[in-house]
Amino acid sequence: MEQFLQQVINGISLGSIYALIALGYTMVYGIIKLINFAHCDVYMIGAYVGYFCMRNFNMGFLPSLLMAMVVCTTVGVLIEKIAYKPLRNATRIAALITAIGVSLFLEYGTMFFVKATVRTYPPMTGFMAKSFKVGNTVITMQQVIIAAVTVILMVLLQFIVKKTRIGKAMRAVSQDKDAAELMGINVDATISFTFAIGSALAGAAGILVGVYYNSINPLMGILPGLKAFVAAVFGGIGLIPGAMIGGYIIGATEVFVAGYGRSMYKDAVVFAILILILLVKPSGLLGRDKKEKV
Amino acid sequence: MARLLKTNWVKKSLALILTYAVIQLLISTNILGGYYQDTLVTICINIILAVSLNLITGFTGQFSLGHAGFMSIGAYTCAIVVLRYQTLPSFILGVFLAALTAAIVGFLVGLPTLRLRGDYLAIATLGMAEIIKNVFLNLDKITNGAAGLSGIPQFINWFWLFVFTAGTVLLILNFVNSSHGRACISIREDEIAAEAMGVNTTKYKVIAFIIGAACAGVAGAIYASYFYFIQPTLFGFLKSIDILVIVVFGGLGSISGSVIAAVVLALISTYLQAFSEIRMVLYAVLLVVIMIFRPQGLMGSKEVSLAVLGKLGGLFRDRKERV
Repeated sequence: MEQFLQQVINGISLGSIYALIALGYTMVYGIIKLINFAHCDVYMIGAYVGYFCMRNFNMGFLPSLLMAMVVCTTVGVLIEKIAYKPLRNATRIAALITAIGVSLFLEYGTMFFVKATVRTYPPMTGFMAKSFKVGNTVITMQQVIIAAVTVILMVLLQFIVKKTRIGKAMRAVSQDKDAAELMGINVDATISFTFAIGSALAGAAGILVGVYYNSINPLMGILPGLKAFVAAVFGGIGLIPGAMIGGYIIGATEVFVAGYGRSMYKDAVVFAILILILLVKPSGLLGRDKKEKV
Repeated sequence: MARLLKTNWVKKSLALILTYAVIQLLISTNILGGYYQDTLVTICINIILAVSLNLITGFTGQFSLGHAGFMSIGAYTCAIVVLRYQTLPSFILGVFLAALTAAIVGFLVGLPTLRLRGDYLAIATLGMAEIIKNVFLNLDKITNGAAGLSGIPQFINWFWLFVFTAGTVLLILNFVNSSHGRACISIREDEIAAEAMGVNTTKYKVIAFIIGAACAGVAGAIYASYFYFIQPTLFGFLKSIDILVIVVFGGLGSISGSVIAAVVLALISTYLQAFSEIRMVLYAVLLVVIMIFRPQGLMGSKEVSLAVLGKLGGLFRDRKERV
């Protein structure tokens, strides 16, 4: 039972990170139907920004978090403006290859500047290094912070998407781009805004991973990126609640498989679950099946 | 019509024999040294992979991101056979077994997942490839886990390389130009319309998938046999992406495009070796620039006939541009 509870705690931490990344994937997919492969590298950049802020500039956790989010937002918007915007009307596969190109560019560009070596985050001190014991289950402060930051960001996101004008515009564009444009919505600005929000969330996820797992490297984004995308598809791509639920389920599954002695198979299990859910419910857990019309 | 076909056929074989002879000559006279031979093998493997993925993605319109998975199955099958019986016939047997195993896995994977469309299929095939990689990583007794298999005897030479490469390209070329191939193309153009016209869409999608998988298996077998050493991580997500890049760069639905792209990209990559530090960055920039300025790829969906060799004109086959 204690082990179970411990795994639940660990699962929530990992799931929060997947959910944060998955949100970026799902929003971008929802609005321009593109698997933004570069998203996982924005997350990696977030981790590096956090690293340099904490290590070289001695900034605290919160300022570093904000800094990572700001830098990632800029990177995300730049990627969209430079690489994706010219391809707005190209075939989807061309856009996908571009996304892959941008992803490789960010990975190896970062590698060029910071070298391929694994770096470790500075050890957490004071408040951040605390941990509690509930019964026999250990909860570290970092896990609490991950969960708290994730929940705050998700609430904020829900607020933006549901209550603000720009959120309304996002929803409109994702439903029908042409109709939205006819209604006077600035589609380009809305798409850029979507990239900005998604990238900010990825940046937050990056620094949280750095704090939690300590080690970072330029290719750290690939596998979590894939799994976060799996989480987005699992929950129903294009749906914000779907990405959150998917992230937590995928994270928890992975932790449980690893925790019960099958850590070598944890990736296989995640992908097997994905294939199963796609076969049973092709549009994801929360997605609605669209009937095809001629 | 029959005569035309015949002359075309003669031209094609002549071009093939010529290609074979010229490169054989270059190898025998040692103009193509060891390093260039490595590039040559890489080019041929990439041609097989790209052409077979083009059948699935370019012609049938089924977006697969798991081609490296089939390649790894072929590589391991052939490596295991050849490591046990180190003779040339067993190598040939190994290649056929590689194709067969990959085809069987392709069938088992394709039958359920090909109901999915577009990006969902892509992500399912990607997942499948990751699972295959994971299984190979964990089957310690058979595949030696993460350390991989090494010391695989090298049986592949230019003759066998040429036979398998040309064989694959011809197989797929003929398939695409057959009535089955037309059925596949009709699925790409409009699946519902194809179904309404009586095309058994599931059947043809699975057939294309199986042929593609088998060819990828052959490519894997060649890889294992030439490069001595295989390891599950060699056939990861990035390998699948590499193959897809070749196909899209050459043009979806153009076999000659895939061949040209495989050659061009291998040459670019060889040239970029000189800048090893920023090689991948340059490659990435190139990719983005090409996609922005020529999103339909080098050839679009047009073909250059194999028999052109100096004679242009009349040999382009027009097909409607894909939307």
